[in-house]
Amino acid sequence: MSLEHLPLLQQFMVVLAAMALFTSFVLLEQARLVSAIHAFAWQGVLVTLVTLVVASSGGQTHLFFSAALTLGLKALFIPWMLHRLVRTLELDRHSEPLQRPALVIMAAVALVIFSYWLVLPIVQQELMFTRNIVAVSLAVVLIGLLMMVVRQQAVAQVLGFMSMENGLFLAAVSATGGMPLIVELGVAFDVLVAMVLFGVFFFQIRESIDTLDVDRMNRLTERGDDA
Amino acid sequence: MSASSWVLALLQALLYAALAPLLAGWVRKVKARLQNRRGAPLLQPYRDLYKLFAKEARMAHTASLLFRAAPYIVFIAVWLAASAVPLLTTGLPTAAIADVIVIAGLLALARFFLALAGMDVGTAFGGMGASREMFVSALAEPAMLMAVFTLAMTAHSTNLASVVDYQLASHDVLRPSYMFALAGLVLVAVAETGRIPVDNPATHLELTMIHEAMILEYSGRHLALMEWAAQLKLLLYGTLLANVFFPWGVAQGTGPSALGQGLAVITLKLAALGVVLAVSETVLTKMRLFRVPAFLDLALLLALLGLLSHVILEVGA
Repeated sequence: MSLEHLPLLQQFMVVLAAMALFTSFVLLEQARLVSAIHAFAWQGVLVTLVTLVVASSGGQTHLFFSAALTLGLKALFIPWMLHRLVRTLELDRHSEPLQRPALVIMAAVALVIFSYWLVLPIVQQELMFTRNIVAVSLAVVLIGLLMMVVRQQAVAQVLGFMSMENGLFLAAVSATGGMPLIVELGVAFDVLVAMVLFGVFFFQIRESIDTLDVDRMNRLTERGDDA
Repeated sequence: MSASSWVLALLQALLYAALAPLLAGWVRKVKARLQNRRGAPLLQPYRDLYKLFAKEARMAHTASLLFRAAPYIVFIAVWLAASAVPLLTTGLPTAAIADVIVIAGLLALARFFLALAGMDVGTAFGGMGASREMFVSALAEPAMLMAVFTLAMTAHSTNLASVVDYQLASHDVLRPSYMFALAGLVLVAVAETGRIPVDNPATHLELTMIHEAMILEYSGRHLALMEWAAQLKLLLYGTLLANVFFPWGVAQGTGPSALGQGLAVITLKLAALGVVLAVSETVLTKMRLFRVPAFLDLALLLALLGLLSHVILEVGA
């Protein structure tokens, strides 16, 4: 079964999922924090749209609620909060380009291929075509992870973490028509609380090592007690 | 194939050569209007070419035979490449050679001789322009081929005419891979035709130019051929984008009504594309040369994502 035989709504969903994957790449390569936050917000919008498409094609009403939750939380509230944090920490002019952008991008592309290979046996057993989106969501998760590895900036790492959550949500929505509402609410509040905690941590880290470059934390342990 | 269809193919090739300055003039005109200028008349590029052809061609003392031959080779290679791209209809005998790899090869041949000619006289600017041109094209070519392979994988053919035919036969399909390939190919086209963010076609500012630096030593009919080849290249990329990604209205037969419809549609599409190009050139500024790799990396990434999303999302298990 290939793309031509799908109803238009599901084709639209596939396009949206591909765009969400692209925003992951944008997020990964963005040197400036403010632009990265915007990319994250757009990813949230795309995930919301996928949820809406699933909700309207499958007739699952509780998905409308989780779409609203995603939009409010991941496309508006968390980006707004991060934006405010970045401005308070005076990082909005800060730019930190990747050390080897081409290499990181190729690693991310390799992750996409890897996640496709990983999902392949699952896809082959199922009839529903849109489960291919699982591969894309897994790639979004892995790229979020990669972002946490290659970035030294604490705020950028948090963005990677949040986009991992976007990937998980995308997988849940596209593969199984969404998690039960109670689970979704729990995850949403988890993310929210994590966000608040991260906000506190940013200030703590900065107070103790005077920067948000978490690479510096490695060097703090050397000198101490015996000095 | 009958003789009449070969005549039609020849006419299409002539139409390419005739339309190319018009597109350049149109882009310049729209750009001037956007900048609140009245701008040169639409037919100014034709007058420029006429003027240059009438002038005497001066040559540096150090120029070799290569310098003399390069304009002809460049023009003919670009013209051949252009006439293979379906302009009005896919039902021409030239469709058999409209292979993307052939077209990329012909463009590479033209670029090779352009760069050689730039270095031939031995001026500083020529060498600088040549090295920059090769730098840009070395990065742009993989992205272009990758974007085109995305199309080829969907249509199961690297032939442009069959790609267009396939597209016309299967409508109403939203393909994420085409979206990415289109975006990647647009970036490549901007870089290859030397438009703004990568190169400024209207400048003689020595330190930033790429294309102009290579043809600085040319005059008279040689310069005219070089300019004409550049305009043809712009038309080639415009037609490629317009007919492959938005194939509606491309004729499949060779009847007079089909051809007329094809001509009307492609004119509209190219006019719209010219407006888009002029707007983007007005709102963007030229970037530093060392930012160009990042720009073309993005093109490569988009093309690669197009390929991957074709494999992952579009081919059913």
